[in-house]
Amino acid sequence: MSKRFDINRTKDKLFRYFGVACTIFGLVMLAIFLISVLIEGLPRIDWGFFTSLPSRKPENAGILIPLLGTTWIMVLTSLIAIPFGVASGIYLEEYGKKNRLATIIEINITNLAGVPSIIYGLLALEVFVRLFGLGKSLLAGSLTLALLILPIIIVATREAIRAVPKTIREASYALGATKWQTTWHQVLPASSGGIVTGVILAISRAIGETAPLIVIGAMLYTTTIPTSPMDDFAILPIQIFNWLSRPQHGFIINATAAIIVLLAITFILNGIAIYLRNRWQKKVKW
Amino acid sequence: MRLKEKIIEGILLLCAAVSILTTIGILWVLISESSVFFLKVPLTEFLFDTQWTPLFAEKHFGILPLVAGTVLTSFIAIVVALPVGLTIAVYLNEYAPKGFRKFIKPILEVLAAIPTVVYGYFALMVITPFLQQIFPQMAGFNALSPGIVMGIMIIPMISSLSEDALYAVPKSLREASYGIGATRFQTSFKVLVPAASSGIVVSVILAISRAVGETMIVAIAAGQQPRLTLNPFVPVETITTYIVQVSLGDVVQGSLEYQTIFAAGIALFILTFVLNNISFYVKKKFEEKYE
Repeated sequence: MSKRFDINRTKDKLFRYFGVACTIFGLVMLAIFLISVLIEGLPRIDWGFFTSLPSRKPENAGILIPLLGTTWIMVLTSLIAIPFGVASGIYLEEYGKKNRLATIIEINITNLAGVPSIIYGLLALEVFVRLFGLGKSLLAGSLTLALLILPIIIVATREAIRAVPKTIREASYALGATKWQTTWHQVLPASSGGIVTGVILAISRAIGETAPLIVIGAMLYTTTIPTSPMDDFAILPIQIFNWLSRPQHGFIINATAAIIVLLAITFILNGIAIYLRNRWQKKVKW
Repeated sequence: MRLKEKIIEGILLLCAAVSILTTIGILWVLISESSVFFLKVPLTEFLFDTQWTPLFAEKHFGILPLVAGTVLTSFIAIVVALPVGLTIAVYLNEYAPKGFRKFIKPILEVLAAIPTVVYGYFALMVITPFLQQIFPQMAGFNALSPGIVMGIMIIPMISSLSEDALYAVPKSLREASYGIGATRFQTSFKVLVPAASSGIVVSVILAISRAVGETMIVAIAAGQQPRLTLNPFVPVETITTYIVQVSLGDVVQGSLEYQTIFAAGIALFILTFVLNNISFYVKKKFEEKYE
């Protein structure tokens, strides 16, 4: 009996160490990744790297155009996805709670969230690039990414709205406010922290996406600075992919340096999102 | 006032309907383009031919090599992610001090936020050279290294979804187990994990679906050679990588080569759609059990 007991105690202890090891495995991998990227790429980053056009010589090449492209994409995608995503979330949570259409939309959104991103690229290639005649433009790319992140924004909006207690709405109705007035003046401000967090995370996801934009034909190499939504474009992740597929070591170093820039943008966005989430959770106590 | 309210509701509904249009669009695009493809290539060849060479002079249209590449890389990813992810979930749920848990969860979430093209770089430049020291016969492009990296990428997905499932197990079960003198290990694996099994299964299926649809890691590190093999040391091509490969080249719109990416796309769509719906089904059963 006591021997069994000892065995069980030992198993328990061993698993504890194994659990710590597995958790640390994730952290160590993350650390190895980040350190190897920093060692390889950091020396390459200087002012010229941000302001140079692409070049056949790796030491002259820069990320000016893909960086501008990523910025354009970030702004346009937000402009398209935020209104549609938040409006859908409001409809599903506040208006269409019990009707059948809302149920269908809901199932549909869950399914869309599981569709691989490259499939969105195929959709966009046929619809935005060819049918709408938008070509391989910034607008076509932004529309693609907007569709891709719409489910994320909708789900975040719904969760934030759901956290607003009923009493707030009832108080507003009691004062004679209409449904929309209640939604606009009470529910939305009260849930804004959660919505903004979700939106930022979605945008951070969008700027890291590569595959759908390769499918619609975003440029691997372009020397023109994008000035309007109808221009051709390059983006940071595709530039990284392109440099990685070159044989010269200089381009691999460039790719590593560009990865540092992309990771910096991603981490800053995620950091802001986590900060807002924590502040919002602390501030709001219903 | 009433009219304004109605109009606003209508606008909101239209916005929500965009998601339905997206689904219709995806189905329409995939079906219309690939139906043209299947008029030229018989379905039996697509499903049973063992070669995929649409870009060569001698054309074969068997999807099997691409499916094999997809299954192989996804399988490796799950072999890495399932034990590590589930262990992390059990450890954080039952063993870890509260402060440690609070500190570790956001860091694990960082793993999920890294763009996949960056993971591709890690697979190609860090993991492959490291593995080549252990397995000298391994090619520079292979299935093992991107598979492992995909596994690392989906660890947070499995660990956080499984942890939610473990957390949702009624406290009474846990307390009853401790009450009869069970250790944390026994409680975790004989009571909590079985009780949360459907939630854990859901997390694994969603992770598989994610791995199947993953593109950039395999496009960068797995090579782009369709090959019907389960050997993890040689270059392979996944369904997603093939679509990227064709998109990078100059393929004329309306040509058979162009339509192959939609045929590959519909195969990928069906694969992930089935996986996702199995997970919904399991999840729904699970919810019924506890409510």
